[in-house]
Amino acid sequence: MQIYLPIAEMSVNVLLLLAMGGAIGFLSGLFGVGGGFLMTPLLIFVGVPPAVAVGSEANQIVASSVSGVLAHWRRGNVDFKMGLVLLLGGLAGSTFGVGLFSFLREQGQIDLVIRLSYVVFLGIIGLLMLYESLRSMRRRRAGKSGRRKLHQHTWVHGLPLKMRFRRSKLYVSALLPLGIGFLVGVLAAIMGVGGGFIMVPAMIYLLGMPTSVVVGTSLFQIIFVTANVTFLQAYANQTVDVVLALLLLAGAVIGAQFGAKAGARLHGEQLRGFLALMVLLVCTKLFFDLLVRPGDLYSIGVGH
Amino acid sequence: MMRIRPTPCATEGRPGRRALAAVALAVVALPVALLAVPPLLRAAPLVADLSQHLVAITTGFTGTEVLLFGAVDEPGDVVVVVRGPDRKVVMHRKSRVLGVWINTAQMTFARAPSYYAVASSRPLHEIAAESLLARHEMGVENLRLALPRAKASANVAQEWRQGLIRNHQALGLYQKDVSPVQFLGNRLFRARIALPANVPTGSYQVDVFLLRDGRVVTAQTTPLQVGKIGSEAVVYDFAYEHSALYGLIAIFVALVAGWLAHLAFRKT
Repeated sequence: MQIYLPIAEMSVNVLLLLAMGGAIGFLSGLFGVGGGFLMTPLLIFVGVPPAVAVGSEANQIVASSVSGVLAHWRRGNVDFKMGLVLLLGGLAGSTFGVGLFSFLREQGQIDLVIRLSYVVFLGIIGLLMLYESLRSMRRRRAGKSGRRKLHQHTWVHGLPLKMRFRRSKLYVSALLPLGIGFLVGVLAAIMGVGGGFIMVPAMIYLLGMPTSVVVGTSLFQIIFVTANVTFLQAYANQTVDVVLALLLLAGAVIGAQFGAKAGARLHGEQLRGFLALMVLLVCTKLFFDLLVRPGDLYSIGVGH
Repeated sequence: MMRIRPTPCATEGRPGRRALAAVALAVVALPVALLAVPPLLRAAPLVADLSQHLVAITTGFTGTEVLLFGAVDEPGDVVVVVRGPDRKVVMHRKSRVLGVWINTAQMTFARAPSYYAVASSRPLHEIAAESLLARHEMGVENLRLALPRAKASANVAQEWRQGLIRNHQALGLYQKDVSPVQFLGNRLFRARIALPANVPTGSYQVDVFLLRDGRVVTAQTTPLQVGKIGSEAVVYDFAYEHSALYGLIAIFVALVAGWLAHLAFRKT
């Protein structure tokens, strides 16, 4: 069953889109991640123009984050004050990011930058996760349970503009969450991701937030940042395909249910190990695409 | 970018069956008409029409075929050239930088047809001389794709042109081969114009040439509209004409969808 996507201007099998949404939804339910960083490359692999993939995926993440944050909100796992500070940085970053996106698109470099960003970030995150999960698996086997300090004091704590975040039990400089928010905002705009896969480790390791509030708070600010990206991409570049976003979402909602059930039966370290391998696989594929001599050295740019 | 809002009298139903009906009609009606008209009028050397003048891109659109049919007064060769609306095309060329393939050069064609197809009753080079083919842009290699001379020497320009053509062929927008014009007897002919799923919208021009002894006897131009229709057209037009509002609606739709998903989750 084919459907014509009005903005991507291509005809795609509905079942393929639903299956993709379902598969990524399953993984996001399984691993507790947004899945944008896997969905956008997948859309590019099936032939959706990278610019449309990024814009539409941002739109889909708005929806999936809303459904996610509502669950966390009910459990009180959202630090709204921290979320707002991150959000301020995120709004500035995503606005800057969409501007950068438009500029690179005119220069004919946006596809390259999207792919390169994925290679770099998926590579880093994948390796870190793999290392973490291997280490904790080994530690578990050795039977040791090393107690981590709540957080270490580093140069970060010397920064000015300190703010108190009660829900997170933190007293840190507002510059830090602002900066993290900004960086993740730029990535959200260029890569079409919520940025949870960078935000969450940054909140845990850089800010030292308690893990219980990390996911809810990150989802909270992702809604607004991806909404901002959706709006700006639609306004400046006309690259948001609502039909595509809704189809992916429909699949993702169903997939996530099964993913969450499956996740309850597996060990955390193993899950993270799996996810790390998958991330590295996607990263490698994207990397090789950049290295392999393209079939045609000439290609059509914007205005096509 | 050109957008055509088609009139609501869009043709529906299966194009194949319609085309068949049109041929049947042409086969029956044309000879009768030719016999019936007085000799003076009968002299019109070339008559041609399309099975449909409007191609509607709807939700289930996966490409379609338009049938061209017509009659000539005496045997001859028929060449059909179909062109989509002209567009500016920006081309990039990649080269290897630090092991990675990167767009390093750029060239803008002021105008190139967004769709191009040729049908002919015989191989083009058997019908007419190269100069005539070039003059009427018959055959993809004869497309006039001009580049500013200051920017590209003849050799370089040719490579960019080939690149543009290859890319359009890969997308199915320029036909790789000349498709046949089939004669039914000596006078009636028909040809199929294949439009792929990603066919650009706008006003197409279908030129039908009648050639004898390597010369164009006469030619006829028929318009063909390709337009998005129904929800596709609404979404597309809205996204381009009211971008800001489209963005807000996209967010709103996502918020509602997310909330509904949350409700569905909670039930289970």
